[in-house]
Amino acid sequence: MSAPEARRVESPTAPERGEPAARDYLDAYARMVVIREFEQTIHRLFLKGEVHGTTHLSAGQEAIPVGVCMALAPDDYASGTYRGHGHALAKGTAPEALAAEMLGRATGVCGGRAGSMNVVDLEHGLVGCFGIVGGSIAAATGAALSGKREGRVSVAFFGDGATNQAYFHECLNFAKVLELPVIFVCENNFYGEFTPMLRVTGGGEIAARAGAYGIPFEVVDGNDLWAVRAAAAGAVERARSGAGPTMLECQTYRHFGHSKSDPARYRPSEELERWLERDPLTVARRRLLAEGVSEADVEAVETEAQGEMERAAEAALAAPYPDPHERPATEFKP
Amino acid sequence: MSAERGSSPGQLEFRVAIRDAIAEELERDPSVVFFGEDVAAEQGGVFAVTPGLAERFGADRVFDTPISELALAGAAFGAAATGMRPVIEIMFGDFMALPMDSLVNQAAKLWYVSGEQGSAPLVVRSAVGAGGRFGAMHSQSPGTWFQGIPGIKVVAPSSPGDAKGLLKAAIRDDNPVLFLEHKRLYSIKGPEPEHEVLPIGEAAVVREGRDLTIVSISKGVRDALQAADTLAGDGLDVEVVDLRSLRPLDSATVLASVARTNRLLAVEEGPRTGGWATGLLGVVSERGLHDLDDAWIVATEETPIPYSPTLEDPFLPSAETIVESVRGRLGTGVETAA
Repeated sequence: MSAPEARRVESPTAPERGEPAARDYLDAYARMVVIREFEQTIHRLFLKGEVHGTTHLSAGQEAIPVGVCMALAPDDYASGTYRGHGHALAKGTAPEALAAEMLGRATGVCGGRAGSMNVVDLEHGLVGCFGIVGGSIAAATGAALSGKREGRVSVAFFGDGATNQAYFHECLNFAKVLELPVIFVCENNFYGEFTPMLRVTGGGEIAARAGAYGIPFEVVDGNDLWAVRAAAAGAVERARSGAGPTMLECQTYRHFGHSKSDPARYRPSEELERWLERDPLTVARRRLLAEGVSEADVEAVETEAQGEMERAAEAALAAPYPDPHERPATEFKP
Repeated sequence: MSAERGSSPGQLEFRVAIRDAIAEELERDPSVVFFGEDVAAEQGGVFAVTPGLAERFGADRVFDTPISELALAGAAFGAAATGMRPVIEIMFGDFMALPMDSLVNQAAKLWYVSGEQGSAPLVVRSAVGAGGRFGAMHSQSPGTWFQGIPGIKVVAPSSPGDAKGLLKAAIRDDNPVLFLEHKRLYSIKGPEPEHEVLPIGEAAVVREGRDLTIVSISKGVRDALQAADTLAGDGLDVEVVDLRSLRPLDSATVLASVARTNRLLAVEEGPRTGGWATGLLGVVSERGLHDLDDAWIVATEETPIPYSPTLEDPFLPSAETIVESVRGRLGTGVETAA
């Protein structure tokens, strides 16, 4: 028996949804800028001692959550990882509520109980971000059980390292057997913590692993907003039409180390340079201008996004810490 | 009421009580679904608890899954977080080691960590307990593995009536609930529950007495009741408390009982170290020391559960070992309270 072939995802010219207008991409670019500004702000605030514990920054990977969420309806479901600030912001979490959460403030999206790694925003369909590698895959698979009833789709964001977890293999099989409307989005940034992906990935292929389960898959340039959105739109269509799960391997690179304690010296400098030239923000900006968006319009959304993040950080810094005596925590939902 | 109840009133079989509870909740609430390994098969799972449910409710509500405990529990979490009420079956309690991450780190934490945005109303049913010659990996009682996890309830009924009322409560509960069914109880019969739903977290005094409180849960309660009958012949008036859940732990009922009897024996089917019985004696020591003349534990040895009948039988607590332990500790014909 031959393995299922990697099916090309249809080009994003679905009759109802259609190719987004340049304005939509400009808005999406603005969201990417917000995520970049968010990560840089959190980085600065961490060094000042305002962000506690650890954080995992997603700078360099912004096109993936933003491109995928362009293809989603607002009430579709998603789950993210401990490198999940971009997942939350792309899904609709307000920068101020997310920043306040990082700072452990009462106005945080989870009231300061979650912190950087475990953000939940059910109002925006974010079932959770999971501090343990692979957890997001199961959460989105389960949300797809609800989605199947409701006509909603579900997206699992996870990294290359998660594809070596039981969660990945069990859930891909589970989702295929039940034909669940779930999209498995692997953000392959080529390093699992400090270890190169190829050194710990048998067979060296990630997307193709989905083929073993009969799931259509595609390798996507994860630094190209247009490519990500197109692939996601095809997968969303397939899910909504009842054709089951799809796997997208979006190749990308993180600008920072794995976590706050990692200067990422294990990465060759020429490799980093090469990826920085393909910074998803640069790629998107260039494409917007090539598509006829004016430099002034691009600068305007950049300025607005930066201002939005500055205001969010100021508000978060001014917010109170949660008062442990104000309201007794309950172990169980009453 | 279920149209397909297999027993006459007063003769409710434990496995049928569970089947009826699931069926009635599937009937009552469209957000309830039931899935697991072989649960939709004709036999209705390896312990024949759920035959007929798939045919009655259809493949959208009751379905089989791959042998993937982690995916099973993880999918239940994701479904529960988005508005469904999944009931899943983990075939043997021992297999609970596989979905531990999803249950402990996802389901149990959603309510608190999300800042109370939502919770994970799921039920994990599982067959637990020893005595069936199933060996070390199909006989454990994993309730204590979870007892120390805030955010998850651990329920283990001792009678068919309790099983039905507690399972219905578990399915309606907005929090994750582990529902542990002792294999040696599946075929026992008993009366229908008096109330449709039995609140989770309330222990029951199932036999009143003045001289000694024996606390247990699940099958241990039946052993304790049998032992109490024998000990009555010694002139010892034994009170038996059924915890019914390990978390929440109804220590108030235990403390009130100990205040009457001044003696406490906790009977646990599991190792003494790290077990619930040790924790219970800790609570009673901390809060009820003034009422306490004696307190001890009957539990298992600190090894895995053996297979051979000549090894397994003496390894486990039973009515006989309880009687022996009480007689040894208190002496036959202990002076009773006036």
